[in-house]
Amino acid sequence: MKAFAALLERLTFSPGRTAKIALLRQYFAHQPDPDRGYGLAAITGTLALRTARPALLRELAAERSDATLFAWSYDYVGDLAETVALLWPDSAGGGMPGLAAVVEALQQTAKPALPALLAGLLDAGDASERLALLKLITGGLRVGVSARLAKVALAALAEGRASVDAIDEVWHAQRPPYGALFAWIEGRAPPPEASGAAHFRPPMLAHPLSAAEHGAITPALYRAEWKWDGIRVQIAAASAPARLFSRGAEDISAAFPDVLAAVDFNAVLDGELLIRHGERIASFADLQQRLNRKAPGAKLLAQYPAMVRLYDILFEAGEDLRPLPFDARRARLEAWFARIAPARMDLSPLVPFADFAALAALHAAARAEAIEGLMLKRRDSAYLAGRVRGAWWKWKRDPLRIDAVLMYAQRGHGRRGSFYSDYTFGLWREGVLVPVGKAYAGYTDAELLLLDRWIRAHTTARFGPVREVAPALVLEIAFDGAQRSSRHKSGVALRFPRIARLRMDKPAEEADHLEVLLRLLA
Amino acid sequence: MAHPETWLKVTPEGLYCVPAGCYIDPLRAVDRAIITHAHADHARPGHRAVLASAATLAIMQARLGAGAPAEGQPLGYGERLRLGDDVTLWLVPAGHVLGSAQVVLEWHGSRVVVSGDYKRAPDPTCAAFEPVVCDVFVTEATFALPVFRHPPPAREIARLLASMALFPERSHVIGCYALGKCQRLIALLRAAGWEAPIWLHGALLPLCALYESLGVALGDLRPASAAAKADLRGALVLAPPSALADRWARRLDDPVLALASGWMQVRQRARARGIELPLVISDHADWDALNATVDAVAAPEVWVTHGREEALIHALGLRGIRGRALRLLGYDEEEDTAA
Repeated sequence: MKAFAALLERLTFSPGRTAKIALLRQYFAHQPDPDRGYGLAAITGTLALRTARPALLRELAAERSDATLFAWSYDYVGDLAETVALLWPDSAGGGMPGLAAVVEALQQTAKPALPALLAGLLDAGDASERLALLKLITGGLRVGVSARLAKVALAALAEGRASVDAIDEVWHAQRPPYGALFAWIEGRAPPPEASGAAHFRPPMLAHPLSAAEHGAITPALYRAEWKWDGIRVQIAAASAPARLFSRGAEDISAAFPDVLAAVDFNAVLDGELLIRHGERIASFADLQQRLNRKAPGAKLLAQYPAMVRLYDILFEAGEDLRPLPFDARRARLEAWFARIAPARMDLSPLVPFADFAALAALHAAARAEAIEGLMLKRRDSAYLAGRVRGAWWKWKRDPLRIDAVLMYAQRGHGRRGSFYSDYTFGLWREGVLVPVGKAYAGYTDAELLLLDRWIRAHTTARFGPVREVAPALVLEIAFDGAQRSSRHKSGVALRFPRIARLRMDKPAEEADHLEVLLRLLA
Repeated sequence: MAHPETWLKVTPEGLYCVPAGCYIDPLRAVDRAIITHAHADHARPGHRAVLASAATLAIMQARLGAGAPAEGQPLGYGERLRLGDDVTLWLVPAGHVLGSAQVVLEWHGSRVVVSGDYKRAPDPTCAAFEPVVCDVFVTEATFALPVFRHPPPAREIARLLASMALFPERSHVIGCYALGKCQRLIALLRAAGWEAPIWLHGALLPLCALYESLGVALGDLRPASAAAKADLRGALVLAPPSALADRWARRLDDPVLALASGWMQVRQRARARGIELPLVISDHADWDALNATVDAVAAPEVWVTHGREEALIHALGLRGIRGRALRLLGYDEEEDTAA
């Protein structure tokens, strides 16, 4: 466990990609099987472990520490797992067993025996091992490593025997502790088999379109489609049972039985998951209702019926169509769709355009709730994993903006535990500020420091972790849409609000009025 | 016996010993002061007469310039001195930095120990803390929460050396306070077998020279400010914490930023400062050491100068020891200083 704990510790603090790859590579190179395989699983989020609720951590800590001192410590540290790890009494335990032994013990232990197992492990380890264990079982490693980056480190270890794309291709057919994968990467065995199971194929992604590329967008080279405002999914129905995956390879089949009930074919499809009421596509907020429920009831299924709007076809009856150019795949998709006519699915239409100016006009006019913008795909592009420069572009519609006034600030959690990092902002209505939303993103680290200092200096009242501040700071808020909401005092809910700029220059009285926002409601 | 509350008072200037007619680590300039150690928050400028260890006086002289005491009286560890109206005083090593001392005061049958700042972990650059049994123990509480338990310094140095081996091209720059922490780090590195040059920010040079003149050998030290960029590739560099985020650090190519401080135990503290390699090395007592020390001096009453006094007083109360918060404002505990 020591090596894994040390790895997590270094990864947590290393911002650089190169440094992260070096740290991962060293870990994979020096740790034995199956420890390193479980480490890889933990980092890429494929490790299925019994999770512990925060309440269990508190109970364990209560047996070993004074309640008052624990409360003060937690308040100071701001992170429960870290507090317990640091405050747990050291006993000369000689270290925890290896990661694999720990994982297997956790997997084999029945729930009632979990507290005793954890206490024993915590006793055996040092503070850094304890933190690694607690992060593992509370499901929040947060070391800033994507699955992709871990694969880049594996490819580095492979020294040419396996590329990142080749690893990606077989990845989803492998299981922890990834013995076959490491054997291949180290040149001890042939590549593991990828086909067979209904596994996830890495999706093709798009780069944001910048002004420099506008000139290259012509109907001769590119196809345009709408970018729908749902979540990107993959229907993997190459063998039974079919599965529905999110873009990040999360298996969300259980949450969408209505979609999977309509799958009665042998194909792998790329599309957008949406909620449809008759002919109308519902807002993202409606989809959220479904995404939040792992096992939806009949009422929810009827209230928010799901469908998939198809973009692409990756496999048809076992045939890999990904090497074909986009136009050829599109033809195959249309022919397949006409023949199968699956329920709860339709085709995302191509959007014809005469030239870039016409496309820009379409982009500017796109205000329908369900449309996030445009996708531009090269007609000759094969379907390749990841972001391939120049092949696909996403052209999101411009965010909406309002100038709002900061009203309340709340301390963040984890790395932001000592900063006021969550902001409630409001707009004027008849001389009074009405809260319209909360933002906890969009600012730089320097702006966060500045905001934190400003808030501490302008506090007018405190309610627990929340401070009310003088209505004197204008924040320019960017957001992707606004919907009517009875749950908000203002009557409006914003979609993905974030702080675009601090308007230190602007007097609060000149911030926007609520009517400005209400006019933006389509 | 006269209870210490009757003769050792908390005043706006700091702790005042009435029968001796002098202050201990006063926060403002006074006529007569006893100084526990030379950190800026304890050794302020402008005092007329100062009693302290010879090393503390030498460091004050070097750092304070015109603000150095007009009159310095050195006192060796353990030397008894009679002061004012029948006060007996002596100094005992505090293990905090070179010259640091606890002040033992006896008057009319009662004994107070003012420990200043102290640590119990071994430090090759200064004499180790010695507990003195007393009636009232005056302590700091900088790290008085059970989450603060400092790992062995050798383990932290091993982490640093492992990082240098993994990233041989990157210089490692360690933020550390100029007095004490810097020299202790150098000594720890030498003890771990690091014989190569250690490069220093200009602000760290004078005190290292002073330590060497006072008999603490530090090995091959070189000024980083005069070095060529190529010399610093893969080098070990020490700098004041404030320099890490300063333009000064730009002379280093993709450095690993490290910081040696007890605060590095809390992750978000390290993250908020953009530290890539936090090293938990402190010149203060951690939670276990604070509690063990109070037990070792067997004082029925403990006065807490600064820090997380409520937590320490709570823990003492659980063991039947009376705790009192002095709330002396003006002793720093930010990571830019001595912690």
